[in-house]
Amino acid sequence: MTASRKKSREIVEAGLARRRRKEATFRATGMLATAVGVIFLGVFFATLIVQGASAFKQTFIKLDVVMSESVLAPDGELDLAYADFDGLVRNALRRDFPNVSGRGERRELYRLVSVAAGYELRDLVAGDPSLLGSTVEIWVPAASNVDMLIKGNIDPSIDESLRPISDAQVAWVESLQRSDRLETRFNTALFTNGDSREPELAGIRGALMGSFYMLIVTVALAFPIGVAAAIYLEEFAPRSRWSDLIEVNINNLAAVPSIVFGLLGLAVFINWMALPRSAPLVGGLVLSLLTLPVIIIASRAAIQSVPPSIREAALGLGASKMQVVFHHVLPLALPGMLTGTIIGMSRALGESAPLLMIGMVAFIVDVPGSFTDPATALPVQVYLWADSPERAFAERTSAAIIVLLGFLLMMNLAAVIIRKRMERKW
Amino acid sequence: MTETKITEEEAVPEARRVETDGVPAAQKPNGVAAHTVVERVAELGEKTVGEVRCDNPFIVTENVDVYYGDNHAIQNVTLEIGKSEVIALIGPSGCGKSTYLRCLNRMNDSIESARVTGTITLDRQDIYGSDLDPVALRARVGMVFQKPNPFPKSIYDNVAYGPRIHGLASDRAELDEIVHTSLDRAGLLKEVKDRMDEPGTGLSGGQQQRLCIARTIAVNPEVILMDEPCSALDPIATARIEDLIDELSRDYAIVIVTHSMQQAARVSQRVAYFHLGRLVEVDETNRIFTNPQHKLTEDYITGRIG
Amino acid sequence: MQNLTLILLLAAMAGGAFFMGRRRSFAVVGGLAHSARLHSLPGYYGYFTLIWCLLPALGLFLVWVLVEPKVIVALIIESLPGAQRTMSAGELNLLVNNIQNLAAGDAISGEIDAVMRDAADRYNDYVAASRRMLAALTLGIAGLGGAIALRRIRPEFRARNRVEQVVLYLLIAASSIAILTTVGIVLSVLFEAIRFFREVPLTEFLFGLSWSPQTAIRADQVGSSGSFGAVPLFAGTLLITAIAMVVAVPVGLMTAIYLAEYSSSRVRAVAKPLLEILAGIPTVVYGFFAALTVAPWVRTAGESIGLEVASESALAAGLVMGIMIIPLVSSLSDDAIHAVPTAMRDGALGLGSTRSEAMVRVMLPAALPGIVGGILLAVSRAIGETMIVVMAAGLAANLTANPFEAVTTVTVQIVTLLVGDQEFDSAKTLAAFALGLMLFVVTLCLNVIGLTFVRKYREQYE
Repeated sequence: MTASRKKSREIVEAGLARRRRKEATFRATGMLATAVGVIFLGVFFATLIVQGASAFKQTFIKLDVVMSESVLAPDGELDLAYADFDGLVRNALRRDFPNVSGRGERRELYRLVSVAAGYELRDLVAGDPSLLGSTVEIWVPAASNVDMLIKGNIDPSIDESLRPISDAQVAWVESLQRSDRLETRFNTALFTNGDSREPELAGIRGALMGSFYMLIVTVALAFPIGVAAAIYLEEFAPRSRWSDLIEVNINNLAAVPSIVFGLLGLAVFINWMALPRSAPLVGGLVLSLLTLPVIIIASRAAIQSVPPSIREAALGLGASKMQVVFHHVLPLALPGMLTGTIIGMSRALGESAPLLMIGMVAFIVDVPGSFTDPATALPVQVYLWADSPERAFAERTSAAIIVLLGFLLMMNLAAVIIRKRMERKW
Repeated sequence: MTETKITEEEAVPEARRVETDGVPAAQKPNGVAAHTVVERVAELGEKTVGEVRCDNPFIVTENVDVYYGDNHAIQNVTLEIGKSEVIALIGPSGCGKSTYLRCLNRMNDSIESARVTGTITLDRQDIYGSDLDPVALRARVGMVFQKPNPFPKSIYDNVAYGPRIHGLASDRAELDEIVHTSLDRAGLLKEVKDRMDEPGTGLSGGQQQRLCIARTIAVNPEVILMDEPCSALDPIATARIEDLIDELSRDYAIVIVTHSMQQAARVSQRVAYFHLGRLVEVDETNRIFTNPQHKLTEDYITGRIG
Repeated sequence: MQNLTLILLLAAMAGGAFFMGRRRSFAVVGGLAHSARLHSLPGYYGYFTLIWCLLPALGLFLVWVLVEPKVIVALIIESLPGAQRTMSAGELNLLVNNIQNLAAGDAISGEIDAVMRDAADRYNDYVAASRRMLAALTLGIAGLGGAIALRRIRPEFRARNRVEQVVLYLLIAASSIAILTTVGIVLSVLFEAIRFFREVPLTEFLFGLSWSPQTAIRADQVGSSGSFGAVPLFAGTLLITAIAMVVAVPVGLMTAIYLAEYSSSRVRAVAKPLLEILAGIPTVVYGFFAALTVAPWVRTAGESIGLEVASESALAAGLVMGIMIIPLVSSLSDDAIHAVPTAMRDGALGLGSTRSEAMVRVMLPAALPGIVGGILLAVSRAIGETMIVVMAAGLAANLTANPFEAVTTVTVQIVTLLVGDQEFDSAKTLAAFALGLMLFVVTLCLNVIGLTFVRKYREQYE
C-alpha cells in the first residue's frame, strides 16, 4: 500500500508543472476572450465619438446682406416663393471679396455658403417685411465642404485635385477666419431639420418623429396585448396541447429573424389591408408583433415571481379568480412587466430591417406630423446616411448613432431604475 | 431535514452561502432558539475539553480560524487526526463541522471571501504553504460528498477520471486494473462489472455513493474526507456504506461529518463535537457517548439541542 | 381625423354607459343604501353596460375601415366606361391610383381626362357617404347595445360573471395573436412563394447555380427572364455565418467560462453589463461599423500581406456579425454552465482536478446540450441577420468559399428585391418571398431544435 502510494505521489508531483501551465494558458485564454468583447466596445465607442462629435458643431459665415428691393421685387411686388434671395447672398459675398472676377471663380465663391442661406433670408423677411431695403448682418451656415475644412476633415495640404475644395476657396475661408466672419456653433439644424441632400441641412428630426410615432403605436398595441396574453397563459390557460403550442410558438417568434416580420407587414398590412406605405402606423404594427414575444415572456416571468400565497390569501377572502389577478397579481407584477416592455421598446427602436420591407426607407424631407404621413426611423436614417459618399454624411451618421444609442441607454437605465426601485423581496 | 438543506447550501460557491453557513444563531433575529443560544455562548469557553492530541498524528490542525468575509465561521480549532483512525465530527447545523472538513483538502479555496488562518499540516507538511499545490493535496486527501455526485459519464469513466487527470496509469491495462480494484474495494464491482459503460447516474443512490467512494480511492489517497455521506441514503444503503467505512479504515485515515450520533458511534474511534464554530470536546467515541465532559456535548447527545 | 372624432365620441358614449349602468343598478334595488342586494358590485353593472356599448360598435368600425377601400375601388371600377374595364390589371391599377390621387387633390402623372375627373368626384362622394354611414351605424349600434344592457340589469343579474367572461375572451384573443402572427407569416410568405414557384421551378431555385433576378420591365426586352438559382445565396449566407460562428463560439464560450469560473465578482460585475450593452447595440450600427471601419481595415491588412481582398469582403461582415453574437453565445453558455450542479464541480476538484480540468472534462460535457442549443440559436440569429450584411456584404452572387471575396446572402437579396418601386406580380419581387420562406423554415427548425435542447437540458438538472 505504502509503496504504491509513494509511486502515485511521485507521478502526481511530476505532472504538476505541466498541468499548472495548461491551467494558466486556459485561464489566460478566458481572460483574452472576455477582453475581446470589452475592447471591441471600447474601440467602437471611441471611433463613434471621434467621428461623430464634430457633427454637433457647424460652421457659420457672417454676411452683411443688403435686402435690395431691386433684387427681391424687380417688378415692385414681393413674392416670397419666387424672390431671388440667393441673389442677395451672392451680392453679399461679392462685396466681401471684390477682387474675385470671372464666372468660374465667382461660382466657386458662392459655393462657400450653404443653399440654406437663401431660405434663412426668406424666413427673416417673411417674419419682418420692414427689413426690405435695409442691410442685415446675418450668420448663415457654410457649405459642407467649408465645414469639413474647418473641422480638419479635409486636408488643405494635399493636392488640389484630390480634395473637394479648391485653393482659392481655402484662401477665402482663411481670410473670413482672419476677419472673424467665420465661426463654429452648436448644430441646431441636426435636431430641427428633416433629411436633405445637402449634408449641412440634413437633420434627424424627421427620423426621430417617425420613430416616436412608431413607438407610440407599438406601446399602445404590444403592452396591453402582451400583458393580457401573459395573464391568460399564466393564470387561466389549462395545461393543454393548445397552451403548449402557444408557448413553443412565442419562444420561437422571439427568435424569428426580424426581416421575416417585415415580409409579413408587407404582405398583410400593405398589400392585403391596403394601409399606406412608409407610414409609422404600419411600422408600429410590425414592431408590435416583433416585440410582443419579448413582452409576453417578461410579463410571464413577472407574474411567476408573485408568490402563490398572495393569490391564496385573496381567494380565501372570497375574491373571484379574475379579481385576484387584476387587484392583486397585476399590480405586483407590473414593475416587471414595465421593465420588459421598455426592453422590448428599446429593441423596437433599434430595429431597421423590417422597416426596409414596408417602404420606410424612402428619402423624406418633411417631418412627419401624423401616424400616416410618410416617415422613416432613426436607425433607417443611419442606414441611409451611411450609404452617402460625402464625408459630411459619415460625420452625421455617427452623430445620429450617438443620438440613437443615447435613447437606448436612457430606456435601459429607466428599466434598471424601475426594477431597482420597485423590486420586492418576498 | 434542516441539516440537509444547510449543508447543501454550503456546496454553493457563491457569496450567499456565507449568510447561512456558520452564522452564529445568536445573530438571527426573532428566533426562540436564538434566545437560548445567546445564553449558552457563555458556556462555550475558550479551551476544548477532552483529548485533542493522538498517538500517531497524521493531520495536525493548530489554532485554525476560518472567516467568510466578516463572518467568523470557525474559531481557534486545534485537533490531531491519527494515521488510521475514523474520526467523526458532530454538532448542530451550522456549527462549522463541514467548514472544518473542507479546510483539510482546501476546498474552501474556491470561495472568494473565505480566509483560513492557523496551521494545518499533513504528514508534517503545511498544506496551506506556498509550495503545496492544492491539486497534489487533493490527490492525497480524497473527499466524498453529502449527495452522491457521479459525473454524467459511464461507470468506468467515473472511476477512471482521477487516474486519468493525474496520469496514474501508463496504459489501458493498468487503468482497467485500477478501476477494477477500486470498484472492488468499494464493494461495487459485482453489481456493475457487466455494465461498466452505462452512465453512473443510472445507479441507485447507495450505489452512486459507493461509486463516488471508488472514484476517490482510485486516486490512491491517504485520507478520505466524508461529508455526511449517508444523509441522502436509505437505511440499507447507509448500512452498506458504514460497513465499507469500517473496511476502509484499515488503509485510510477517515474524517467523517455526520449528523447521526448513532452513525458516529458505529463507525468512529474518536468523536469531535463542534458548536457555533468552536471545537467543544474531543474524545474517544465510547467516552463521549457514555461520559461527556462538557455540558453542551451532553445536551447535544441527549437531544436537548440539535 | 374624422375617424378619430368618431372614436372619441364612442369612448365618450362608453364612459356614459358605465355610469348609466352603475346608476341603473342602484335604481333597481331602490337606492345606494340597498346595493348589498345586488348580486355583483355596482361597478360590474357599469362595466357590463360599457362592454355592450363599446365592443360591437368597435368591431363594426374595424371591419368597416378595413373593407371600405376595397369596396369603393370595386364600385369605381364598376362605374368606369367599358373601354377602361377591358384594361389589363396593371393599367387598371395605375388608373385607380391616379383617380385616388386626383380625388385627394395630389399631383398625378399623365393627362387628366373627363372620365377620370368624373371618377374622382364619384370617389369622393363614395368616401363621404361611407363615412356618414359608418358614423351613423357605429353610434347607433353603441346606443342600442348600451340600451339592451341597461334593460337587462336586475338585482339578481350576475354582472360580474358576465364581465369576467368577456374579459377572459379578450385575454384568450390576446394570447392567440402570437399564433396568428405565426400563421400570418407562414401564409404571407407561402402564398407569394407558391406564385413564384409557378413561374420558376422549385428545383431551379434550390439547385440552380446562377442568381441574377433582373427581369425586364417589358416582356419583349432582351434578357427578359432572370435566373433564380439560389445556391450562391445559400453558400454566401453559410460562409458569412461560418465566419461569424468561428468568432462567436470560442470567444463567447471562453468568456462564459472565464466569468463563471475564474473572474472575481468585481470583474464579473463590470464585464456582464458591458456584454449586455454589446447585445443591445442596434444591428444597423454594427453594419455601419462593419462597412466604414472594419471592411477598409480588413482590406488594408489583407493587402499588406499580399492578398487580394474585395472591399465588401465576406470576412468583414462575418467578423462584425461574430462580435455581435458573442453576448448571445456567452449568456446562453453561462446559463448552461450554471445549470450544472456545483456538486459536479466539487466532485472534480475534490479528486484533484485543476479548475480547467474540472471545466473541460466535467462541467462542459455536462453542459453540452445546453451549449449546443445556444449555438443553434446563435446560428439562426446569424442566418437571419440583415443590416450588417446589407451594409457590409456585397450584392454580387458569387459562388465561392473565399472569405476575402464579396458574397451576397439571402437577407441581402430580400432587401434588394423589395426596396424601391416594385410590382407585386413580377418574379423578381415574388423571389423575395420565396427566399423569405426558406429563411423562415430554416431558422424555425434551428430555433425549435435549439430551444428544445436548452429546455430539456434545464429540466434534466431541475
